[in-house]
Amino acid sequence: MGQATQAPGSRTDPGVAGPGPAAGPASRVTLALRWLRLVAGVVPFGIYVTLGLLLPMIAVAVGAFQNNDGGFTFSNVSAATHGIYLKGFWQSIILSLLTSVIPGILGLLIAYAIFTAKRGKVLRQVAITAAGVFANFGGVPLAFLFIATLGSSGLVSQWLTSLGFNPYDHGFTLYSLTGVVVVYLYFQIPLMVLVILPALEGLRPAWREAAENLGARTWEYWRYVGGPVLLPSFLGCVLLLFGSALSAYATTEALTNGTIPLTAIQIGSFLNGNVIAGQENIGKALGLGMVVIIAIAMIVYVVMQRRAARWLR
Amino acid sequence: MVAVARGGSGGIGPPRRGGFRGVVPPGRYSTTWRWAVLLVTAVYFLLPLWAALRFAGIGAFGSVISESGFTSSLALSVRLAAITTLVTIALMLPTAVYVHLRLPKLRRLLEGITILPLVIPPVVLIVGVLAIAPGFIKSTPLLLALEYVILAMPFAYRAIDAGLRALDLKTIVEAAGSLGAGWGSTLWRVLLPNLRTALLPATVLTVALVLGEFTMASLALYQTFPVWIYVNSQTSGQVSVAASLLALFVTWIVLLAITVLGSRQSRKTGGGEVTLFTVAPTETRGD
Amino acid sequence: MTTNTTRDAATTAAGTGPVRAGGGTSVLLRDLTRAFGVTRALDGLSIEMAPGELVALLGPSGCGKTTALRIVAGFEIADTGSVLVDGKDISSVPAARRDMGMVFQSYSLFPNMSAQDNVAFGLRMRKIGTGGRRKRAGDLLDMVGLGPQAGQYPHQLSGGQQQRVALARALAIEPRVLLLDEPLSALDAKVRLQLREQIRTLQQRLGTTTLFVTHDQEEALSIADRVGVMSNGKLEQLAAPDELYTSPASAFVAEFVGVMNRVPGELRGGGMVTALGSTMPVRGHIPDETPVDVLVRPEDLTMQVVEHGNGIVTTRTFLGSVTRVGVQLDGDVAVQVDRPSAESAALAPGASVSVSLPGQPVLVATRRVS
Repeated sequence: MGQATQAPGSRTDPGVAGPGPAAGPASRVTLALRWLRLVAGVVPFGIYVTLGLLLPMIAVAVGAFQNNDGGFTFSNVSAATHGIYLKGFWQSIILSLLTSVIPGILGLLIAYAIFTAKRGKVLRQVAITAAGVFANFGGVPLAFLFIATLGSSGLVSQWLTSLGFNPYDHGFTLYSLTGVVVVYLYFQIPLMVLVILPALEGLRPAWREAAENLGARTWEYWRYVGGPVLLPSFLGCVLLLFGSALSAYATTEALTNGTIPLTAIQIGSFLNGNVIAGQENIGKALGLGMVVIIAIAMIVYVVMQRRAARWLR
Repeated sequence: MVAVARGGSGGIGPPRRGGFRGVVPPGRYSTTWRWAVLLVTAVYFLLPLWAALRFAGIGAFGSVISESGFTSSLALSVRLAAITTLVTIALMLPTAVYVHLRLPKLRRLLEGITILPLVIPPVVLIVGVLAIAPGFIKSTPLLLALEYVILAMPFAYRAIDAGLRALDLKTIVEAAGSLGAGWGSTLWRVLLPNLRTALLPATVLTVALVLGEFTMASLALYQTFPVWIYVNSQTSGQVSVAASLLALFVTWIVLLAITVLGSRQSRKTGGGEVTLFTVAPTETRGD
Repeated sequence: MTTNTTRDAATTAAGTGPVRAGGGTSVLLRDLTRAFGVTRALDGLSIEMAPGELVALLGPSGCGKTTALRIVAGFEIADTGSVLVDGKDISSVPAARRDMGMVFQSYSLFPNMSAQDNVAFGLRMRKIGTGGRRKRAGDLLDMVGLGPQAGQYPHQLSGGQQQRVALARALAIEPRVLLLDEPLSALDAKVRLQLREQIRTLQQRLGTTTLFVTHDQEEALSIADRVGVMSNGKLEQLAAPDELYTSPASAFVAEFVGVMNRVPGELRGGGMVTALGSTMPVRGHIPDETPVDVLVRPEDLTMQVVEHGNGIVTTRTFLGSVTRVGVQLDGDVAVQVDRPSAESAALAPGASVSVSLPGQPVLVATRRVS
């Protein structure tokens, strides 16, 4: 990357690199200087990312293998992969899978409905702004909204009860995994709509018409053209939703008060200080675990993406 | 190769033989499912709002505003949003421009780095941040703003990148340079106005993110607006539901304001939308 | 121009249209009307296409030509009127069963399929086996000269190559009718010319009845058996290219096809008009409103170098065998006059000339208020 493709003294660059050394066999030193000058422009960004992202993540990774005195230990990792913490991981993964695939499909459907609606320009503007708000609406306020709606004495629960169907008599409770999934849809669907819309905009009407012209019925168009074209973007968006669900923390905590042990909540409790002294670094081990889960999800994504998007290369 | 297409007698008739059967397509594609989907969606999203409104009652909104901590926490959140947006643009715009112009090979790397905050859980990030941040910065909310910049990066970079790709960046910068503009004034006077449309969605998403972020703020013990709602919820259910609705509406209004202001000033430069993933390469090799 | 005359033009001209042996498909567009809100995209359009004929629809954007094509393809539904293919009304047949090959303006290739799979798609929809599909797709790609690119994806092909694949894809299903919707307008000039010739050659070889929509008059005139000039949803004239040029039926056609001068004239009654000192008969419609202009082609004006003539040469453009001379006439009228290049040496800018009309029947139109 650093081989100074730009001609010395190129005028494309207002001011950063002055005229380079004259042509001729450049010495190692001048090459190095030129390289330094070239990368100078990205140094602030590099420093920022290092301090704000890289070092904290290293701190988590290192801390996961440290005891309180700073010595090396496996005990944190061991603790993090057993008992309640292991259960937390499983619950987190199940919840994240449910709340990435379901809203992924629903969001795609809704985005498509918005995208293809007649006179859709106004609708689209409203929908995008609304999606931007709802996608970032989570945590405690969201929990309250749903307690007022689907809680045991919520508005909808009461309506249903008055119709002779009390959901709480039929095994439903807002404070369960099912309940949490329903609540998560509230920010996951808008997120999906937001990120998949550009992909839908990339679907050209001419493809649909060409397929039809060649004798394809609607389902055949989606089977052979629309679906395959959208698949790579769809997978990427679902991965994003998976990450978002895995990180979601406050909503579940406010809803369930810790009855559903999610890893994110468990990590939070270490920071809140409600832990036995000497176990603080288990939080870091859990954090590392989450990163590993994400990494695995990304690998799965990359493999699927490669198969789905062979035609893109 | 001529005979192939000529010989009409081959078995290639109209699809699904039977020729032209009278299957009438009244409207070209059915639209009823579309409205059904949108209706169900609207119900799902509006019903909780209505329920919350009913539960809180109008009176609760009055008491929210008079509640102690409301103003200060909202002010903190708005301030954080402003700082985050400014720092994000000040950091990402020059970097993206520089990489586009001088180090195009780094673009993929930059794309990779900027997607990371999207997949690293904030709860994990804050654990690390609190572990290494020096005390003097932990004592100010600035720490939060600096980390929000990291969280905002994925959207900001993609929006700016899309905007830059739409511009003939090289020509513009060369033109500015030939007229005697230095890096700073090129960025400030030429690129920034041209990229306003691209920066708009980036700003919208950044602001929404900061106004709604709870995890990091609560774990780092700053009382931003979402945290205040949570803390306050312990005292009164109705008031905190009212506050939740208020949070939603405040965010919405701020976003609408930014959108309206931004799009009024930049109608000419065409629409910019946040593109996280692209579908198909549309450009073709020239002949 | 009323619907009646349009239909007359269609039927009379169809009689003279070339009919090929080998029996293609005849197509009849009958009195098509289509309105979008208050705008009438089509207003009683009738066209009869003989088997194997290539008809180009030419007109400015928004004249309804694309709407007409899309109604034939089944992508739009006419408010009234019908489309007959081989005498059968297909108005109620869905697009997917019309068996018409269509080439779109650009980017219509399926991006997730190789060139070969794109061409084979229509055959796949017709449940043709893999082997048959592959063979036929390969043959068609060879036919458009893209055999070696069979395995490439659309984004690896140039714009011209993409359109050739699209053409092969449309022809692969042996369409009864070939529909071309400005297939060349996204290409650069040189490629456009090559592909235009290729389309025409293939079309004539296969004898496929073809409807070609374009806004480029040169394209339409060079490729089509007959050209239909459209304006405001109506067919102004449908005729062979040379006829369209030499005897346009209306002022609109006259000015849309080729270069046309407007010279102020005065109606004399009895179907005569005076302009540039000559009086001659009016051909076609006589406008009710005055003042009027006489329409005349650059090659139909005569010009002599004289002292104190009625005009002064302003520009001179060498066009090969002819030279086009711009003249500023008295009364602030600019005209263009074509002269053989060999005789135009004296026509330098600033030269005083006398421009006149030869006295043949001319078209007359109401003067434009500028």
